[in-house]
Amino acid sequence: MALPIYASPVQRVWHYFFIVLCTAIFLYLLVPIFVIMPLSFNSEPYFSYPMEGYSLRWYEEFFTSDQWLLGLKNSIIVGIFATLVATTLGTLAALGLNRADFRGKTAMMAILISPIIIPIVITAAGMFYFYASIGLSSTLTGLVLAHAALGVPFVVITVSATLVGFDHNLVRAGASLGANPFRVFFKVTLPMILPGVVSGALFAFITSWDELVVAIFLAGAEEHTLPRRMWSGIRELLSPTITAVATMLILFSILLMVTMELLRRRTERLRGIRN
Amino acid sequence: MNRYWKGSLAALGGVVVASFAGTAPVSAEDSVTVASWGGAYSMSQREAYYKPALKDIGMTVLEDEWGGAVSEIRVQVETGDYKWEVLDADVGTSLAACDEGLLEELDWDMLGGKDRFFPGSAFDCAVGTISYGTIYAYNGDTYPDPATAPQTVADFFDFEKFPGKRAIYTGVSHTIEMALMAAKGMTAVEAQAYYQENTDEAFAEATAFLEPHKDQLVYWETGAMAPQLLADGEVVMTTAWNGRIYNANVQEGKNFVIVWDGQKVDYDVWAIPAGHPNAEAGMKFIEYASRPEVMARQSQYIAYGPTTEEAAALIAPDVLKDLPTASANLTNAYWADAEWIADHIEELEERWAVWKAS
Amino acid sequence: MTATADSPESAFLAGNNTLKSRLRRAERMRKVWALALIAPMFVFLMVSFVIPIASLLKLSVEDLEVSEALPLTVEAFKAWDGEGFPPPEAMQVFAQELVVAEENKTLGSATRRLNYSLSGFKSMLKKTGRKAEDDLAGVPADQILDAFIAIDKDWGDPAYWRAIKDAVGPLSDFYALWALDRQRDADGDIVMRPSTQSIYVDVLLRTLEISVAVTLICFVLGLPIAYLLATLPTSRSNLLLILVLLPFWTSLLVRTTAWIVLLQNEGLINDTGIWLGLWNEPLELIRNRFGVYVAMVHILLPFMILPIFSVMKGINPWHMRAAESLGAHRWKAFLKVYLPQCLPGIGAGTLLVFILSLGYYITPALVGGPQDQMISFWIVENMSSTLNWGLAAALSMILLLLTLVFFFIYNRFVGFDKLRLG
Repeated sequence: MALPIYASPVQRVWHYFFIVLCTAIFLYLLVPIFVIMPLSFNSEPYFSYPMEGYSLRWYEEFFTSDQWLLGLKNSIIVGIFATLVATTLGTLAALGLNRADFRGKTAMMAILISPIIIPIVITAAGMFYFYASIGLSSTLTGLVLAHAALGVPFVVITVSATLVGFDHNLVRAGASLGANPFRVFFKVTLPMILPGVVSGALFAFITSWDELVVAIFLAGAEEHTLPRRMWSGIRELLSPTITAVATMLILFSILLMVTMELLRRRTERLRGIRN
Repeated sequence: MNRYWKGSLAALGGVVVASFAGTAPVSAEDSVTVASWGGAYSMSQREAYYKPALKDIGMTVLEDEWGGAVSEIRVQVETGDYKWEVLDADVGTSLAACDEGLLEELDWDMLGGKDRFFPGSAFDCAVGTISYGTIYAYNGDTYPDPATAPQTVADFFDFEKFPGKRAIYTGVSHTIEMALMAAKGMTAVEAQAYYQENTDEAFAEATAFLEPHKDQLVYWETGAMAPQLLADGEVVMTTAWNGRIYNANVQEGKNFVIVWDGQKVDYDVWAIPAGHPNAEAGMKFIEYASRPEVMARQSQYIAYGPTTEEAAALIAPDVLKDLPTASANLTNAYWADAEWIADHIEELEERWAVWKAS
Repeated sequence: MTATADSPESAFLAGNNTLKSRLRRAERMRKVWALALIAPMFVFLMVSFVIPIASLLKLSVEDLEVSEALPLTVEAFKAWDGEGFPPPEAMQVFAQELVVAEENKTLGSATRRLNYSLSGFKSMLKKTGRKAEDDLAGVPADQILDAFIAIDKDWGDPAYWRAIKDAVGPLSDFYALWALDRQRDADGDIVMRPSTQSIYVDVLLRTLEISVAVTLICFVLGLPIAYLLATLPTSRSNLLLILVLLPFWTSLLVRTTAWIVLLQNEGLINDTGIWLGLWNEPLELIRNRFGVYVAMVHILLPFMILPIFSVMKGINPWHMRAAESLGAHRWKAFLKVYLPQCLPGIGAGTLLVFILSLGYYITPALVGGPQDQMISFWIVENMSSTLNWGLAAALSMILLLLTLVFFFIYNRFVGFDKLRLG
């Protein structure tokens, strides 16, 4: 983007306008996220700068509140189990989809992708109506199933991506050397596609972790997840505890993002892809 | 890769175990979930009922919040998916729900008979827990001089004299009556009667009166939001439940002033969703919360009145004057007509929602 | 690859039956294995996802409340042609059944359903139910109508009787019409609903308006960023890409919360503006359309940037230089040479943002006012607040169809296998 020395004045003006514009857009993207974090350390319950003092009282409030901790616990439980279900089913399905072409594959793919596309309110309302009739609403099991369904497409997409260019001769070689299909899977296939599986699992986890609308419909007081608890909090009164929770969630997102990025690089290195 | 994988699995397992370990198994019998209105009100219930319940009758009380609509009860009863053993409802809602068979009939022997409670607070499916007022309030810092500060319902809607936004309840309750008082110069009782007798006309007149100020109206959904909006300076006046304003003053040192003119007085009741498998535990909780010495505790934490004579006798005089039922606060007030509300609330709510959005 | 009858392989193998059949069997085994691997997920999605949504949508065409609460009445009313009043015998059946329904408290949802057709029906029916045992049971046929009218004069209006007949189901377009602010009049013609109940056409238009606006703003803001990322050296663009991905990975709720903190009256922007003397009174930045646009664009912008960026990255920068060296103005070169090559990315980005906007609920609910709520809000409202599930289902159907139409366009031009989410 460097400006060539022969640039005309008009080009110069455009160039600087462009830089200012892009900076402004980046500020717009990032400021909300970075503004909310320092406020969580405000010793006063206000949302304004300059802050009068620093304290950890809002974090203390979070970690001493039964309701927040219950939300945290539920989020972790639901997130982990939803991830396990989504990752297992999604990985197997991606392997199957990769193995053969068959009639209805496109339709199958469409159904598979639909949890991402169908507006979440419709999904949540449908699940609420149906799960209640089979006794699954207001249970963590119901939430796990719902979140797993929302996470499956991501697993299939990421695993399928690692399977592109997967050398099936390796599987055949394993089989011809006498390994049974399970051994082949765990010794040959899984290590090869593991980066895809792990990033798919991370996607599935974050989907569950951030999910709110289904939780609004399906969770009772005892199943409140962290976002569901935040939702009540925001609508009732925006206490600084919420900024503390938000800060922790942002840090958690950054952690996951870095993990994903490292995984991506690792995959590219393993496959000899260079930028 | 293998070691990395096993390591993270072990870590995952650790988290799962840790997160389960925190849950002590609680048998359903000595645990109930009470749905209430959140914020300062739930806090007062927590201090007066929930916490002592564990010590006094060995009952663990979990809390939830709800919006107070019949539909929320109906969905649980119709699906059999119960979230709450006990709910804190307003009378109209409880009657509507009772009519539809959505509430358990209470065990009045356990409660010592309906006569123990004030008239209008004891029903087949519901028993009064508090009396509360819906009033409006302003920030004393905004209008420091009482002589020129808002004093009547008409002032609430006088946007020329008192410019700035107003917050009202998101539902239809009390707003139409207030608008009628202001628009037609009616007293609280007249406005209520006119509304109930000429509902369509009254609704149309009230909304037409509000229409020019629609963009000046902010809606609060939970009781805690009203004082919050006032404190944040989002609005200059707000309707509210009197206890919320009282608590903001007492506990958070706010300088909010309540205008009692045109207040609506109503009871809140305890009720149990019909067919709840754990209804007995719910009843046990309600019996406990209705004991005079237990009920009287609540007004120490919020300015709401009790529903039995025995409990009222235990309340200190300086607390009594802030209750909605103090005679000075009742000069222009009306009592909610639960029967009428039960019959009309759903349709009016729907009309109100359409009016707000169009 | 599947060996079909007319493929070269099968022609080549035509003479060798054993090998051919063995290959076929191997091929079949592969397919069976593949299906066996896919089956668990397919079954899982069916049960946890597809069937729930289908069962919800079914409610939009069902009309069962009245026939469930009053089955004998419905049967008796079938003989009636709908003109004037039903035959007295049918009224007697109705009266008898009211007594039973009142006793068992099973009238609830039927009164609600009938009130949807005619306002005031609910309190009338409840009143009638309470008095049914004393005033209606056993009344002879020639006095039954008068007995009803004695309880409530509105029973003298045939419209109420007609409303019962019209609500007998089992299928009905009642809710579908309602979702379009329409209803059927006494003659069965489709007419507008009363204005106090009409909002959904407006809501639909509002949903489209907000989605289009959000998409356009995202495009205007996303294009320069994508261009910047694509033209910078990789090391620097990778860094900036992380800045785009960070908000992308942060939860929608957290970002919406951040906007509330920034935009509210005593929020950061107003405080700063007043402190700097830029304005004196707090600006209205939240609970209105402005707030909705600011927050929604913020959340959806990465979905615009990423597809455009990935297409732009593959464009050879020399094409533009070539155009310029051939005498094209820089802008002309950009518009005529560069931009057309970006179209696949632009198409993917705009369609994705538009599709995602259509279903937004959380953000408008938190930062918008009552007049900024989109169709999803009304689905939630009808699902959990007014509990009008039939209407919620009909609105869901409209939203779903709308989404699917644009998704098929997306699939046509982009292909859903290229859905890029991070």
